[in-house]
Amino acid sequence: MARAVSNRRQIVTTIVAWTIGLLIFFPILWTILTSFKTEAEAIADPPSLLFFNWTLENYEVVQERSNYGKFLWNSIILAVGSTVIGLLIAIPSAWSMAFQPGKRTKDIMMWMLSTKMMPAVGVLFPIYILARNSGLFDTHILLIAVLMLMNLPIIIWMLYTYFKEIPVDILEAARMDGASLKSEILYVLTPMALPGIASTMLLNIILAWNEAFWTLNLTTINAAPLTAFIASYSSPEGLFYAKLSAASTMAIAPILIMGWFSQKQLVRGLTFGAVK
Amino acid sequence: MLSKKMLGATTAIMLVAATGAHAESLTIATVNNGDMIRMQGLTDDFTEKTGHTVEWVTLEENVLRQRVTTDISTKGGQFDITTIGMYETPIWGKNGWLVALDDLSADYDVDDILPAMRGGLSVDGTLYAAPFYGESSMIMYRTDLMEKAGLEMPDAPTWEFVADAARKMTDKDNEIYGICLRGKAGWGENMAFLTATANAFGARWFDEEWNAQFDSDAWKKTLNFYIDLMNEAGPPGAANNGFNENLALFQQGKCGMWIDATVAASFVTNPNDSTVADKVGFALAPDTGLGKRGNWLWAWALAIPAGTQKEAAAKEFIEWATSKDYLELVAEKEGWANVPPGSRTSLYENPEYQKVPFAKMTLESINSADPTNPTVDPVPYVGVQFAAIPEFAGIATQVGQEFSAALAGQQSADEALAKAQALTNDEMEAAGYK
Repeated sequence: MARAVSNRRQIVTTIVAWTIGLLIFFPILWTILTSFKTEAEAIADPPSLLFFNWTLENYEVVQERSNYGKFLWNSIILAVGSTVIGLLIAIPSAWSMAFQPGKRTKDIMMWMLSTKMMPAVGVLFPIYILARNSGLFDTHILLIAVLMLMNLPIIIWMLYTYFKEIPVDILEAARMDGASLKSEILYVLTPMALPGIASTMLLNIILAWNEAFWTLNLTTINAAPLTAFIASYSSPEGLFYAKLSAASTMAIAPILIMGWFSQKQLVRGLTFGAVK
Repeated sequence: MLSKKMLGATTAIMLVAATGAHAESLTIATVNNGDMIRMQGLTDDFTEKTGHTVEWVTLEENVLRQRVTTDISTKGGQFDITTIGMYETPIWGKNGWLVALDDLSADYDVDDILPAMRGGLSVDGTLYAAPFYGESSMIMYRTDLMEKAGLEMPDAPTWEFVADAARKMTDKDNEIYGICLRGKAGWGENMAFLTATANAFGARWFDEEWNAQFDSDAWKKTLNFYIDLMNEAGPPGAANNGFNENLALFQQGKCGMWIDATVAASFVTNPNDSTVADKVGFALAPDTGLGKRGNWLWAWALAIPAGTQKEAAAKEFIEWATSKDYLELVAEKEGWANVPPGSRTSLYENPEYQKVPFAKMTLESINSADPTNPTVDPVPYVGVQFAAIPEFAGIATQVGQEFSAALAGQQSADEALAKAQALTNDEMEAAGYK
């Protein structure tokens, strides 16, 4: 009897999970399907789900009009660059906060988080003027710095929660065995925290990839990533939904594929520390 | 033709020589409209003539506006040319944010620009942006459905006729709706249409002391008329429909009439995209006999932000893109129906262009819009479907949300008007107008 109940529960859970999954994925699926339609079919009502004339025309047009490779390359540089530098700063900070907390550590953590509570547009003008005066406008360096600073509080908080899960006793044991600070972090802490660092890294890459305020406001030609590529296909007067969908699909494809392969780490990372 | 080409080439060489200019690379901010995309495809012609190269930054309309405002007000100098509309041009020109276009070459023939366009893009007689394409609004209607309803559309109909026709054309069982109008909230979406329509009903945004007028009978009549008509003869979910949504509905044959930008005429008559391409007629936007028609005036124009280092080259580009030669270049490559409309008088005098089915009505619509005298009662502002003051975009978007909610049935027209009245007066007081 108990078995039957758990079976039924399993079926219900499976159905619920699939429904939620499909609901969340549907807009992306729809975008991908629309990208293979003609402009006329893209707006057809009732819409056709699968039975339409599949065409690659939109991809050809987008390819012809925009330099996709350049936008993609910029996205990769910005996402990876800001993540790597962010981690280099965040790992030591999170280590010290987790294992050597001071009297004000909690306050500092809250203060860092509070910087995320201000709308980005509030600091648009100061940063714009800084960029202009330093001559860094529309450069990778500026964007990497800005994206890194925007995401730093989140990285530090995530790593902090991971590090907190690691028993201090192990680190103390290493110290008693004569390990230096460097080898303690490199050989004891890092291997144990690796899944956490990996998922923080993945999440940060996704956040940086999708960032669409600073990347649109601080770039023109040289450093513009895929967000600017998508934005260029939105039209106030004209129906270009199929082309917009093709551009969107091309922009999300790399990150979607990466997310697919690393979903195990992502899920583990995001739920880590949630259940004690 | 040959001599003209040679003349053009000589002029270009002379221009380059005269300015002593070396080849520059221009950065141009623009939006993803069909005519702009076509221009991007033709820039080789400009490079060939002048030696300058062009980099395009295409942005979403609202992002572009915000981006360019930030850049100009901080003197960032990121753009050498930007695409702006008729709303921003007088405000930005007055602020000293744009380079005056008062020394364009004689060949350019600035007097050929349609007077309404030139007026709307000037401050105290000085031109600050050159129209790339211009539009008014007009009625696009289905000739077959009109005939089926036993009616004949006059060239200059009244709102009474339009409402009557809309109700007769509606066949909800077959998903045919007599009239499709904008309902999506936004100063450039539903408020463009409703402000222009209100003018025809004798309403206005402000009296001469900048007091909001939403408590007037004329506004009450406008909004109730619009909501009643849309409930009876409009498509479902109209509160979410903007230009693009209505364009999609019309192209699929679901609208009897659509009152919107004249530039849509080339889309709905294009057989590649439209299922009703050969059954579309055009008429002036309706009036109510008070002397004003509900048709707006807009231009997508090119301007040079103050602070660019490449002013001379930027002017050369603007002259090229808004010249008579450019219109001929497009006609030669893509046909006359695809020429950017509404900018030059000579285009409408061209016998080839007169054959385009919507040419005559587009010109008449543009000519009957009067931005300096848009309403029945006097107003302190310039603009037909907007008031050219910096506060307007913000206020009208909030008012648009109230009107859109009223159309969706979430509140009554009276409630929407009362809220609009209060919020407009508050904002105007805060901005120091009163």
